[in-house]
Amino acid sequence: MMNNSKKIALTGGAAAAEALKQINPDVMPVYPITPQTPIVETFAKFVADGEAATEMIEVESEHSAMSAAVGASAAGARTMTASSSQGILLMAEILPIAFGTRLPILMLVSARAISAPINIHGDHQDVMFVRDSGWIQIFSENAQEVYDNTFIALRLAEKVRLPAMVIMDGFQTSHSVENLEILENSVVKNFVGEYQSKNNLLDFENPKSFGPVSLPNSYFEFKRAQIEAMKEAETEYKNICHEYGKISGRNYDYFESYKLDDAEKAIVVAGSTAGTAKMAVDELREQGEKVGLLKIKLFRPFPYDKIAEALKNVKNIAVFDRTVSFGSKPPIYSEVVECLYMIRDTKYIIQPYIYGLGGREIFKEDIKKIFQENWDGKETKYIGLK
Amino acid sequence: MNKELTKHLAPGHSTCAGCGIPAIVRTVLDATDDLVVVVSVTGCLEVTSTLYPYSAWKVPFIHSAFENGGATAAGIDGALKALRKRNKIPAEKKIKVVVFAGDGGTYDIGLQSLSGALERGHDFLYVCYDNEAYMNTGGQRSGATPFGADTETTPAGKKSFGKKEKRKDLMSIVIAHHIKYAAQANVAYLPDLAKKAKKALELEGPRFLLVLQPCTNLWKYATSEYVRIGKLATETNFWPLYEYENGVYKINWATEKPKPIEEFLKTQGRFKHLFRPGGEKVIAEMQKEVDEDWKRLVNLVEV
Repeated sequence: MMNNSKKIALTGGAAAAEALKQINPDVMPVYPITPQTPIVETFAKFVADGEAATEMIEVESEHSAMSAAVGASAAGARTMTASSSQGILLMAEILPIAFGTRLPILMLVSARAISAPINIHGDHQDVMFVRDSGWIQIFSENAQEVYDNTFIALRLAEKVRLPAMVIMDGFQTSHSVENLEILENSVVKNFVGEYQSKNNLLDFENPKSFGPVSLPNSYFEFKRAQIEAMKEAETEYKNICHEYGKISGRNYDYFESYKLDDAEKAIVVAGSTAGTAKMAVDELREQGEKVGLLKIKLFRPFPYDKIAEALKNVKNIAVFDRTVSFGSKPPIYSEVVECLYMIRDTKYIIQPYIYGLGGREIFKEDIKKIFQENWDGKETKYIGLK
Repeated sequence: MNKELTKHLAPGHSTCAGCGIPAIVRTVLDATDDLVVVVSVTGCLEVTSTLYPYSAWKVPFIHSAFENGGATAAGIDGALKALRKRNKIPAEKKIKVVVFAGDGGTYDIGLQSLSGALERGHDFLYVCYDNEAYMNTGGQRSGATPFGADTETTPAGKKSFGKKEKRKDLMSIVIAHHIKYAAQANVAYLPDLAKKAKKALELEGPRFLLVLQPCTNLWKYATSEYVRIGKLATETNFWPLYEYENGVYKINWATEKPKPIEEFLKTQGRFKHLFRPGGEKVIAEMQKEVDEDWKRLVNLVEV
């Protein structure tokens, strides 16, 4: 299967655009925002050069980008977009509509801080802000994962008829050049197939009304059915990852366990910092320390029991969040606490850390130091805060 | 009900007695034999035609949110172009995208989305049914509410005569996008609306219709009166019927002697306060505005 692929160097943003080119979506409504723009610019050039036949709609706002995506997807077109930060917040009204209308729209996200103060650099506050919007959310560590997750997310979205976000870290991943393996066009084409919508707005013989009014006598049941769709997404994710492993040689799971089996201390983290943390784990392991890492990939739906199982023997856990949940605990931390609550007595220690807000750097040495800190889980701690 | 008349929108909707919205929808959609996809935004039409598990629509219909009629139509237009390019929709299959939105969803919250879609040249017809306020939420002022009107958020009172601002000139805003066709119509003149809808639907690119829709509940008049009140809006020059086609303006109805604006105002509860002492100044101001607007329109035609 390796014969099917070639190695090239691309930024995460360009890797996303490459994947989009190979998918050749029907419609892409797009609107610029840093650090997402390289994705749509690179893709627009592919279209301009005839390498993709996509209908680009250069809308006048992200609100309209997602609204146009809803219209296009309802009309049976394979539809994608990309965004970041304030753009995602401006879309926030339409994200649950895309979900509630069961439209498999794919969005590439270059995750970025949110205002105020305005900051164009990476963190996870934008995607966490919309974590309850009903979108599947998959985090990527590097350009390779951005590329691979784009295909996996598309297949998953279309299988369960839910919209999906593929998330990369703004700048750290979107703008950093890395080597990655690209599949042959025919392999991708075969994997993603042709899109056939189940309920098509353009079915004139059997016309349907999309977006009805639902009163208290029916609304609750709609929501309950949508909960089931998310559950189905969790099951199907694994199947699609397995299928993707067969064509790519890269086998993905709900999360990545890194030297976790005998770990006494472990970090849970999502995104590019997982790569840095792996180096810290390696060096500490060389010094004989039993440390490990769990890298979050599928964040929505959150695979509680699988993560609980993976962490069940770890005595001390630190959860790194690149997000603040004001007046509350950070989001990944809260999910991990829920996992452990499911399986343990109260003896575990789980320590929340917040890092990297607004693009603040985090280095291997910082993470090594964190591993050496005493984790008592009492209060949220901050990494790299001046 | 007549089967031909209800072939797009069935009689089982729940608009108020005396509401002209269904007449606008049927007249517009009846003006083409092509397939139609209807887009609507949150508002009277949408809530009264799609109450789950029922739908009055016999044609494909989509509603997504309040401020995105233009963008939703843009997405459908994009899908049609993409699917035609890939031979998934045969070339001979003619499909029209038609948006119906109220004045709140058009003049105010949806203006940006409409403007973007007009500027990008999507192939769609946008029909604004203008009842001059947010009627679906109980009658609050919008950018379409006329000067002097009493609404829930601009109530007339001891120190207020109602809305202090003139309504937005939406036709000029739309025409400033240099689209091929835009027309102002009135539900009380259905043959005129039908002619305009036919013309609009035969063209390609963005087209726009602004249709006056007197609201029995919140303009406050008897349900049997909506045609008469609609006619008075035009007969007083408050709501001229005109069209803009390829850069040329044309007035479709005119009289040597327009009726004074009072004739229109006195029919409706929303202007009742203007007929109390002190209201004459406001009426005079309204008459001045109507006259000036008419003059401006006439000049556009002559130019």
